[in-house]
Amino acid sequence: MSAEFDAAPKLAEYAHPERLVTTDWLAAHLGEPGLVVVESDEDVLLYETGHIPGAVKIDWHTELNDPVVRDYVNAEQFAALLGSKGISRDSTVVIYGDKNNWWAAYALWVFTLFGHEDVRLLDGGRDLWIAEGRELTTAAPDVTPVEYPVVERDDRAVRAFKDDVLVHLGNPLIDVRSPEEYTGERTTAPAYPEEGALRAGHIPTAASVPWARAAAADGTFKSRDELDAIYRGEVGLEDGDDVIAYCRIGERSSHTWFVLTHLLGFEKVRNYDGSWTEWGSAVRVPIVTGAERGEVPAR
Amino acid sequence: MDPTTLPATLAETRDDFLALEVPDRLQLLLEFSNELPELPERYADHPDLFERVVECQSPVFIFVEVVDGIVHLFATAPAEAPTTRGFASILVQGLDGLTVQQVLDIPADYPQSLGLGAAVSPLRVRGMTGMLARAKRQLRERVAAQVAGA
Repeated sequence: MSAEFDAAPKLAEYAHPERLVTTDWLAAHLGEPGLVVVESDEDVLLYETGHIPGAVKIDWHTELNDPVVRDYVNAEQFAALLGSKGISRDSTVVIYGDKNNWWAAYALWVFTLFGHEDVRLLDGGRDLWIAEGRELTTAAPDVTPVEYPVVERDDRAVRAFKDDVLVHLGNPLIDVRSPEEYTGERTTAPAYPEEGALRAGHIPTAASVPWARAAAADGTFKSRDELDAIYRGEVGLEDGDDVIAYCRIGERSSHTWFVLTHLLGFEKVRNYDGSWTEWGSAVRVPIVTGAERGEVPAR
Repeated sequence: MDPTTLPATLAETRDDFLALEVPDRLQLLLEFSNELPELPERYADHPDLFERVVECQSPVFIFVEVVDGIVHLFATAPAEAPTTRGFASILVQGLDGLTVQQVLDIPADYPQSLGLGAAVSPLRVRGMTGMLARAKRQLRERVAAQVAGA
């Protein structure tokens, strides 16, 4: 059972308007059968301080990642997680979160790895919902656990690994980190903790487009025209391009992956979740420092 | 960890966390978060005195005060960062009223002893480790300055 799509004019401009809902739409559809609202934040306690009525929480770190291997949860773990949140395979899932939906986009991307069909983002996320004075509650949602089928994760379509990136060099790469990380002045986002990359810089030929350029001041996505001007105009992406986006651990690049795939309609976009914490510590991979994109290294 | 060197409040906090199941530890952390005191008036208008804890993902600032050899820790973090507020609150309550030496003797891995790794992730707990380390460093600086000024 799937909820109706949001017919807001702003969304209609995007390639896949069915991947977004507005706060108005969500407010009007809360509690509808078949709809599950999920909050996914950077801060693991933020949900507990107040959330959209009925929303369940999924934490990127403690619930979507395997606790031992650096990887996402497997099919059984994902099925158990979603079932426990009352999400069925045919549920419409609307995800929202803090920080311009970084982590919400990350969660949506992980849902995509498991082929969950109807998963959407709340345009503007948690901050816009609050800024508009809409209702929050600390009341725990009334969740009835359901059976979610065990579906194998498919890492081929939207996920890139380090070796994929090496053979991809020469095709479009988007580095969505801060300019300081791109040039190699630092290995982490300003004011973010050191997560242990040994070298600084960027993957050769990567274009620098910090993820936040896709976000408007209120946290919603910029209009189709504005996004086209950045990614097609400035970066030079063209229809049919095979694109890989990366950041530090794959969360900010999930945001850009969402923009390129669902808002601009590029069909072959992958997120390299190993990102800089892997590339910047791997032995003998090519790295470029400074503001220039750099050349494809000779093989 | 030698229990004799861990000050009473910090030991109690640790025992309280460890007595709970993992999901309930989050609730206790939230209670700490809500208890983080406002800055006293004399510091409220002095952001310049505060040091940013860059190990935390959210903006949190701390300032250590030593009066007659007794330590007070002040911290400020936004409501949108309840985990960070919770970490700060544990230390603000746990350090308050201790002697300089008692604070310096707190094991650097105290944050790891609270059983929060599974509840909030080890990476996030690192923010609290940074906070404690910075508090101790500030404390050494204050003491050195007081000695130099005496």
